[in-house]
Amino acid sequence: MHTKKREPFIHIMKRADMPAWKMWLIRAVAVLIAFLVSGLVCLILTKGQHFGGFYSEMIKGAFHGTRIYSLLQSWAMLLCVSLAVTPAFKMKFWNIGAEGQTLMGAFASAIVIWYLGGKVAGSLLIIIMLLVSLVFGAIWGVIPALLKAKWNTNETLFTLMMNYIATHLVLFTINQWAPDGSSKIGILKYGSFSSILGQKYIINVVIVTVLTAIVFVYLRFSKHGYELDVVGESVNTAKYVGINVKKVIIRTMILSGAICGIAGFLLVGGSPTPTLNADLVGGRGFTAILVSWLSQFNPIIMIFVTFLVVFMQRGSSQAASTFNIGDSEAFNGVIVGIFFLLVIASEFFVRYKVVIKLKKDKIKAVREGGAK
Amino acid sequence: MEKSVAIELKGITKRFGEVTANKDVNLDIKRGEVLSILGENGSGKTTLMNMISGIYYPDEGKIYANGQEVVIRSPKDAFDLKIGMIHQHFKLIDLFTAADNILLGEKMPTFSIKEEAKKAEINLESVMITADGDSKKKYDKAFAGYYRKLISLPFVKLGKIIKFNHLARKRAENLQKIADKYGFEIDLKKKIYDMSVSEKQTVEIIKVLYKGADILILDEPTAVLTPQEIRKLFDVLRKMREDGKAVVIITHKLNEVMEISDRVAVLRKGEHIATVNTAETNEQELTDMMVGKKVELNIDRKTPVDPKPRLIIEHMTVRNKEGQKAIDDVSFTINGGEILGIAGISGNGQKELLEGIAGLQKVESGDIIFHNPKKNKPVTFFHKDLKKIKKMAEEGFFHYPDGSKVDLKGKKKKEIVKLVNDEQILFYEDEVINLRHKTPRQIQELGIKLSFVPEDRLNMGLVGNMSIVDNMMLRSYRKGKSIFVNRKRPKNLADHIIDELEVVTPSDQTPVRRLSGGNVQKVLVGREISSSPKVLMAAYPVRGLDINSSYLIYNLLNQQKEKNVAVVYVGEDLDVLLELCDRILVLCGGKISGIVDGRTAKKDEIGLLMTKLSNEEDETEVNA
Repeated sequence: MHTKKREPFIHIMKRADMPAWKMWLIRAVAVLIAFLVSGLVCLILTKGQHFGGFYSEMIKGAFHGTRIYSLLQSWAMLLCVSLAVTPAFKMKFWNIGAEGQTLMGAFASAIVIWYLGGKVAGSLLIIIMLLVSLVFGAIWGVIPALLKAKWNTNETLFTLMMNYIATHLVLFTINQWAPDGSSKIGILKYGSFSSILGQKYIINVVIVTVLTAIVFVYLRFSKHGYELDVVGESVNTAKYVGINVKKVIIRTMILSGAICGIAGFLLVGGSPTPTLNADLVGGRGFTAILVSWLSQFNPIIMIFVTFLVVFMQRGSSQAASTFNIGDSEAFNGVIVGIFFLLVIASEFFVRYKVVIKLKKDKIKAVREGGAK
Repeated sequence: MEKSVAIELKGITKRFGEVTANKDVNLDIKRGEVLSILGENGSGKTTLMNMISGIYYPDEGKIYANGQEVVIRSPKDAFDLKIGMIHQHFKLIDLFTAADNILLGEKMPTFSIKEEAKKAEINLESVMITADGDSKKKYDKAFAGYYRKLISLPFVKLGKIIKFNHLARKRAENLQKIADKYGFEIDLKKKIYDMSVSEKQTVEIIKVLYKGADILILDEPTAVLTPQEIRKLFDVLRKMREDGKAVVIITHKLNEVMEISDRVAVLRKGEHIATVNTAETNEQELTDMMVGKKVELNIDRKTPVDPKPRLIIEHMTVRNKEGQKAIDDVSFTINGGEILGIAGISGNGQKELLEGIAGLQKVESGDIIFHNPKKNKPVTFFHKDLKKIKKMAEEGFFHYPDGSKVDLKGKKKKEIVKLVNDEQILFYEDEVINLRHKTPRQIQELGIKLSFVPEDRLNMGLVGNMSIVDNMMLRSYRKGKSIFVNRKRPKNLADHIIDELEVVTPSDQTPVRRLSGGNVQKVLVGREISSSPKVLMAAYPVRGLDINSSYLIYNLLNQQKEKNVAVVYVGEDLDVLLELCDRILVLCGGKISGIVDGRTAKKDEIGLLMTKLSNEEDETEVNA
């Protein structure tokens, strides 16, 4: 005879719809859990000494005194790169080369400063920097797009490889420039515009805010934005209604690369101590991909997500150095990793309902699996 | 014969999010009879059967098999209960032969080295116990035998594995014998990708039978078959019934229900309405139960008024992605004010034919001549610019309302614009344009409205994640010079279509993928028709639609026909084709095997034409 099987204890059901507030509640809970787990990690690493202190150090590290300005600077930079990758990702063009495109933008600015610094008027220099950075970023972005359109190459591998080329191009150039073979070019004397409004870094924030609005409008209301959305959702449908898919891919990657170029320009010119090194972008090109996804490609949501990420990065760095937890870079990597992991995992509870059958024949839907 | 209950469902409920697919369903499936599950699309037929076959797990309710309560958590559990389901989309591996597909997943008889070794040890012990003290030789022999066995065990296992995995030919032969005995006409050594849909279905049935199922569930088995193939399938099903098996067929076709089944269970919106004996009911009663209200099922087919050639296809050849000729030297005419049906087994070039005309597939050779009915109609700036109009005027295309020839020489730009806008410049004759080598975009911009309902709605034609409004824009968003899209007109259109075609949706901002199949189709057809086409090509526009929506679509197509649109309807239901179309073109292997009159043709005649060419090929092979 057939052996009797137990009913499944946990039963996963797909949700059709969920009120927006519930969705955000689940995500907020995930963020809270991320903070909690980060505190626990700190507690373990400091051998049980600091738990509450971790949070106060985080807030101190992020907001205390003038640190708020460097927080804003980091926020602006990450947001700028996130904005850059968004159009491409919305088009399902897996561009993981924002790191290289941004570096090329920065490289372009540095080249302009190096060769024209002091020879032309300050404001003219900055305009040239901006233009050249735009072009460099756009070129670095459009190369994989052209090859994709022409020969259908894999854009993920291609953009990744372009990152390495950019890094080594910069390293090579620095070696050429450095007077003493130190592989460092030090602080550039010209090209900084960070103090125009009297306050360090604030101009970056202004520029990126304007850029956010532009990208938002572009994606939401423009014909281009609509086209890239259609291409991303279904290439077949795009062809069916007569959209030139190749053209859209190339155009969008030019835009993506150009915004990366702006980010690179801000990294150099927007800093009170402009310089160039191969680590200038510092992984933002990759973090930006996660930010863009988490924000569901919405620039407005991106503002908050970026802020949260930057807050965790800077806060945990401060906590790490105060409590002597090894390398502060490594520690903030752990904390941001926890944050991303939990927030992304929480999407499961947005999509699915977990029903636990507590007793046979008695079905009790535990509705908020995520909130518990 | 006693009809024992094989499966009994009690109070089965299944929800998907907010949607209740099945609500409190009670049903019993008996051995030795064919039960039809009848219901419209989306009424929860498949979901219900999927719960019996282990694909879904019910949220509430109980399932009894042979009188005992059972829990079916996976298809394997279902197989253990001898339940087999043949899904609408076949689950076969293309690169394998039919026999391999059937044998796939069969487990090798277990052979555990550990257990065999234990057996040998027990054997050895028993020898030692029974042996006398003096028989050292016997001891040694037993020991030697024991070790030899231990060493040989891995090789024995290897041998069994090889025998099972690589010497399966014998089993395939046995399988063929079983198939022949049941009356299946099939060569099981054939690869799946070489098989027709009907053959694939047969493989699925044999697979289920081979695994020992005696409760068979078939999900829409006739959807893709020709009338002749359906007859064969029904013969097989009857044989199974006589064998004492329980057969369930899920369907929405009434004539089949009446023909094959003993009992009919009607589902509506997830609820079980009634189960009736087929002998005691009729089609109208079943329809009323299925739909929930009185419906009249007839298509108002008017005689075409003055049909004139709209599209003339001459020697068109289209190759598919694999480089084979999907459409092979085809010539025919599509008339305005007429519905041309295209029949054929799916995959015989229907898709390529329509896509070739619409410019979505490259046409290798041949011409597509479009007659734009512009005679005595005003020229507009809709698709032509000033320069083009000037040039055409020079070539003598236009006349004024009073009949005199238009001469724009020396006229100022402003004057010409005014003349055009006042509809003072008229065409002498219909425009004749060759569509070959034009892109879909150019075809649109030329003013040739090939409205096209693709077979795969959500992958081509609509964007699932976009709202209804944004989907409305797909055709029209380019209009105007602004860099921004204007969502006002698409919104009006969306609201109009939702209203007119009774699209069930929470709002016009709902992503299309959330809608049911029928509503998705309404959105698509509604949009295509809204562009007031000259040629409307619809491929399987009622696939997956409920009865009311289907008839709504048929009527829409008929309305278009009366508006002198040339309508092309690719369908799979021959009854509908015969009721709806004025002429029916039958495609077979990328060629036209016949064009018949929709009013006089017989179903069997079309069925034969659908397989005509392959039969001829077989004959020539035999002759050679």
